[in-house]
Parts: sequence; structure tokens; C-alpha cells
Amino acid sequence: MIVAERKSIPDLLDILREHQKVLVLGCGTCVTVCLAGGEREVSIIASALRIAARINDIPLELEELTIERQCDNVFIEQAAEAIARNDAVLSLGCGAGVQAIAERFGQKPVYAGLDTVFLGILEERGIWTEKCAACGSCVLHEFGGICPITRCAKHLLNGPCGGSREDRCEVQSDRECAWQLIYQRLKDVNQLDRLKKIVPPKNWNSSLSGGYRKLIREDHRI
Amino acid sequence: MTADKFEPKILAFCCHYCAYASADLLGSMRIQYPPNVRIIRTPCTGRLEVNFFLKALEKGADGVLVAGCLEGGCHFVDGNLFAKRRVDYIRSLMVEIGMEADRLRMVNVSASMARPLSEHIVNMVETISRLGPSPLRRGSELTQAEKST
Repeated sequence: MIVAERKSIPDLLDILREHQKVLVLGCGTCVTVCLAGGEREVSIIASALRIAARINDIPLELEELTIERQCDNVFIEQAAEAIARNDAVLSLGCGAGVQAIAERFGQKPVYAGLDTVFLGILEERGIWTEKCAACGSCVLHEFGGICPITRCAKHLLNGPCGGSREDRCEVQSDRECAWQLIYQRLKDVNQLDRLKKIVPPKNWNSSLSGGYRKLIREDHRI
Repeated sequence: MTADKFEPKILAFCCHYCAYASADLLGSMRIQYPPNVRIIRTPCTGRLEVNFFLKALEKGADGVLVAGCLEGGCHFVDGNLFAKRRVDYIRSLMVEIGMEADRLRMVNVSASMARPLSEHIVNMVETISRLGPSPLRRGSELTQAEKST
């Protein structure tokens, strides 16, 4: 799941300062689950913006709408009429959703209302943690299903670093040492011999180093 | 209400199992409380969504009082504790917005705490009277009587 968090209300007011009629557009997928940009958050942010605008004597009229998925043209279509009758869009989707809306409606200013922060999971109620860096070349099979790229503060492929205290990371003491977790997990599944292998430097070409990535599946193209 | 004084409009979300029963008891005991509050009965304060508070403020309430069960005494075990966190979140959001956080307050009473409830209401009215009308009602939306204060 993509995890995002709300920008501050003063920041949003500043972003929208040139517009009087704005559509606050939510997304019903990842950002709904991470409680940042779903229907409920659209209502909260729109209310907060209306109150803040009135306190500051800023003329701002907001319309609220949430579609199933902002990164999918099929669902974006459902927002077309609402987008047409407003001067701008404040998207509460992730970075992909914001860009999908902006590409589809080339003449309409589209702004991000959220900061997209990471790919992660709901750890427990109200707590999300990062699990994947989307590096494009997964190494989870080598490390017992625990990603050292994402979860080790030093991104070590041949850990541990030696600085951990008990099972805690030396960089942030409230985080678990990924390499402690990897060791424990491999021990539990009887694969400790995997750690004897020296892992060569990772090929980062599949990551962000060569510009944005594109995936083509010829078997699905028409 | 007098004609020449700002009279706060306060919305009170009262839990059915405690504060609402307590307000009822206030009536039975013939104890008066300021008529500034408009009570909305809720099945539990845990039912209250955070946008309920913002909507109340957006629609012109000068203050919002959330009255739930005593901590540890919720009919639904921990609904009032959820409400407490939501109230705290909106109070911090109100500061971000530029509105006084004291306009939203949560109190805890049991069904038999009629007098403490009336005191909470009196305190809330005093707080809002001190803060003045909601910034959303200042100016054109104030009644003539309120403007004269």
C-alpha cells in the first residue's frame, strides 16, 4: 500500500491562493486505507480549509468528491464533470494519482494535498511502516523475506553493521535492527547458510538511476 | 438570553449512557444550566467522527462540548477513549487552522453526575464567552444584539 500524510492547512491555503473554486478530490484506494485521502479525509480537509479561508478572509469555494482510484483512467472519468466546473483540483491521491489527474486534464491546475511517503503496511491501528523501496530488483528471497534495502538504516546487503544494541538499530533506537530480524528469520526457517554467501553490490539500474521506469507487457497489449 | 450580550452557541454531543442521562437527571433535580447548549444524543462518544466537530464549527457553533462516560466506564468499553484522541486531534487541527482550541472540549461524567455536568456546561459557557463569537460569525453573521456587545 502507498502511504501518505496530509500537508498542513496553512501550506494548502498557500498552494490554493490563486483559486476561488477548487475540487478536493479523494481516492478510494491506498490513501483511504492509510487515512490520508479517502472520503472522510476529503470532508475533514475541506471543512478545515473552509474555516481557515473564512478566518483569513480568503474567498474559497470547495467541492468534495472521492473516486475509486485516481491512478486509473476508468475511474478518473467519473470526476470529469466536477473537475470541469472548478478552477483547480486539490488531489488527495498519492503522487501517481495527482499526476494521472494532471495528465488527463491538461488545462486544469492540479495540486497535491498529500505528501506521499512510502510503500508500507498497517503495523497496528494508526501505525504504518515502510516495507518496500520499489528498487526494481527484489532481494527478499535471499534474506528470509525481510528487506535490508528498506529496513536497514544503512541499506546493507552484507550485514549486520555491528552497531546494533540487542535488537535495536543504532541509527534510530525505536526501530528493530533489520539484520537481527533477518538472522532470526533465517534461523527459524533453517536457512542460516544463506548468510555465508557474500552478496555482490546491487545493480541499481532497475531503480531510479535511469529516469522513470516503465513496464510493458506485450501479452496484454491490444 | 439578554438582548445586549453575546450568548455563545454551544453544541453538546452527549453519550446516551452517561451525559445524556445526566442531563435528564439535571431536569429531574430541577438544577438549571445555561440555555446556550444544544444537546445531541449519541449512542457513544466513540461514534463521533472527527469531521462532526469541524462541521459544527464550520456551521457557526461558537463551541463544541463532547460529554462521555468516565474513563474506564464506557458502556462500549473504550469508545470514550477513542473520542478523547479524536478531540485531541481536532484541537491540534484547530490551532493549525487559526481557531482557539478551547472551543472544543471533552468532559467525562457518569449518569449520576448531574451537578458536575452542569458545572462543566457553565465552565464551557464562561470559556466561550471569554473567547467571544466564533471567528466565522464575527462581522456580518452576528445578530444585532451580539454586535452591540
